[in-house]
Amino acid sequence: MTIYLDHAATTAIYPVVAERMVEDLQKLGNPSSIHTQGQSARAMLEGAREDLARILNADRQEVIFTSGGTESDNLAIKGLYWAAVNENPKRNIIVSAYTEHHAVIDPIEWLEQYQGAKVHWLQVDERGVVDLNELAIFLDDNQGKVALISLMWSNNETGVLTDLRRVVDLAKIHNIPVHTDAVAAFGHTDVHFFPGLTAMSLSAHKVGGPVGVGALIVARNAKLQSLQQGGGQERDIRGGTMNAAGARAFASAARMSQSKLATDGWARHELLNYLTTGVTRAIPSARFSRGSAPGVPDLAHFTFPGCSGDSMLYLFDQHNIAVSTGSACTAGVARASHVLLTMGRSKEEATGTLRISLGRDTTKDEIDEFLRVLPEVHSAALKAGLTA
Amino acid sequence: MKVLAAMSGGVDSAVAAARAVEAGHEVVGVHLALSRNAGTLRTGSRGCCTIEDSMDAQRVSNLLGIKYYVWDFSERFKQEVVDDFVQEYEAGRTPNPCMRCNERIKFAALLEKALALGFDAVCTGHYATIQEIDGNLELHRSPATAKDQSYVLGVLTKEELKHVLFPIGAESDKATIRAEAEARGLAVAQKPDSYDICFIPDGDTQGWLGEKLEEKPGKIVDRNGNVLSEHSGTHNFTVGQRKGLSIERPAKDGKPRYVLEIKPVTREVVVGPQKALAVKELAGTKFTWCGEAPEHPEIPFEAEVQVRAHAEPQKCIAQLVNNELKTTTHEPILGVAPGQTAVIYLGTRVLGQFTIERTVSAVAPEEDE
Repeated sequence: MTIYLDHAATTAIYPVVAERMVEDLQKLGNPSSIHTQGQSARAMLEGAREDLARILNADRQEVIFTSGGTESDNLAIKGLYWAAVNENPKRNIIVSAYTEHHAVIDPIEWLEQYQGAKVHWLQVDERGVVDLNELAIFLDDNQGKVALISLMWSNNETGVLTDLRRVVDLAKIHNIPVHTDAVAAFGHTDVHFFPGLTAMSLSAHKVGGPVGVGALIVARNAKLQSLQQGGGQERDIRGGTMNAAGARAFASAARMSQSKLATDGWARHELLNYLTTGVTRAIPSARFSRGSAPGVPDLAHFTFPGCSGDSMLYLFDQHNIAVSTGSACTAGVARASHVLLTMGRSKEEATGTLRISLGRDTTKDEIDEFLRVLPEVHSAALKAGLTA
Repeated sequence: MKVLAAMSGGVDSAVAAARAVEAGHEVVGVHLALSRNAGTLRTGSRGCCTIEDSMDAQRVSNLLGIKYYVWDFSERFKQEVVDDFVQEYEAGRTPNPCMRCNERIKFAALLEKALALGFDAVCTGHYATIQEIDGNLELHRSPATAKDQSYVLGVLTKEELKHVLFPIGAESDKATIRAEAEARGLAVAQKPDSYDICFIPDGDTQGWLGEKLEEKPGKIVDRNGNVLSEHSGTHNFTVGQRKGLSIERPAKDGKPRYVLEIKPVTREVVVGPQKALAVKELAGTKFTWCGEAPEHPEIPFEAEVQVRAHAEPQKCIAQLVNNELKTTTHEPILGVAPGQTAVIYLGTRVLGQFTIERTVSAVAPEEDE
């Protein structure tokens, strides 16, 4: 029996969601068609849009369905940037932090390289908390020059939370749009599209929905340029035949995951405490990456000095325990985490990482099994050393 | 046994892993990420570090029903192989990076890590055989003469031989391996062989080195010290090179000149006639024995020496003198550069190897012109 502790990578689809999606996929009709079948499909899609909007405290017109988090991030960043510079070419600075997911960093760097954008990466402390005092000063010093701010709701590696209310307050003074990547936060903390946010990225498969479905929540008053031409089915912002079955599955999963969070959110915090206490007791040199900073309850990220993450991952896998190093993978290569490096950790530290992410059904027994195996895995990984 | 199959994504390592599985071993596949910025697709012959190669290895693992991981050795590879390559050139030597990779990455870093993680052995798709003779493990040439890779494995030590498997090493030709891969349904069956240096993308070694090394101009001289021309850096030359010397004055004998020696300290490139490339004596202090060391290496013994992966082995007398391993060939060898590895054979057995530090020309300088 596999103990799956990598729910931040992807988590199991709710069985009822999967069953209903299979039925929905067999229903004929394109939501853009005018006939009866088309209207049924449209009803399914718009019902999903309304459900998701309700869960997020958003307007239904603000929900743009996409193919997932990466598309949503690209759409938000490029779309907001282009709209800003089209209006005023001097507004060409993007403010973000280098602890963001690559789905945010890479489009920003692309705009910098090919589109003349200027980028300001905010300072991050050793717990991964973005320095918002620096943000305040930077915005004051660069009035009329900032195109957008993009800061994630919670970090996908460390789980650390951003004080987005404060970000929005600061941005409001200068009338700057704010995008947040909430992919890692949704389903793990109370995510809402609160006033002042301009755009928010979400993904279905992180909350028990299907892979290949996501959403970008875009404020009604946002100025955002479309990336694709052709169709414009989703509020003229995104084209392509709409995935009604996928949208409904996403909305259902989102609802179930939000209500589960409401009922057992506290228990998850306790489980996380149990896990982190157990890890630091077993391996005193292990360091809980976000330290005392506030974070989501389902994600624990550690560094193990002298070990390489890929050794630990391999050894846990041999014990049928699925965990992750947390860092971005290209073709399965676990590299030093850019998040940890940005937090000022050494390359050695950033290589010896492990991310344990809990799911809605993770039990204490599973954590116990993980903790039971940990010392053996750790000592073998220590022996294998930092070969990379 | 618990076997870690090193899988490059090529056909040889794929079939090697398949045979290890079939032999009843508990096999886990691993691909080494050696490049820090791996390309997406393989191009030409430099196929062993791209994401496509890693995916190929993964696909083979899936078909074999074994677990598969990618381990990042890029940092170590850069330090031990790439930087070493640059430094060796800078020091006027001609290194063999594949040999370094075997010595320091595949059969050192990887093997150490594998043993620490509970494996008994590492298996690769090299063409060479390990034989147990009188209780001792020996490395021998592969019967596939064209593919024999015993030369680049000459760096293996007695301890390492105990933990290495070459499941296809005794195969007599590559076509058999391709046919076997085809029969097993492995998509890599017809994948082209890789050669050249994997970390030099376009194969232009001199151009690549030029970007890494500063220009350090010097003089091109003959063996009697006469200045013939100037050059922009010693890294542009290797022993035996004929082209690109830009010497305007023809030699008295009208014959072309060749690079005979590179002196990085004085930045001199010494040139001379082809016959002066001939060396009889090779020697070096950095040596290892492959398997059991000879009992009395200080007593001269008959052997063969090979100086390049596909060079003809030459009959020689080998001897260990004052901790320097030395070979004296019966016939002179052309174009041997310090930094190259000399592998000593006893018949098909690899006895050991040394890095060539000095050579003694077979022809005296005064005979040059």
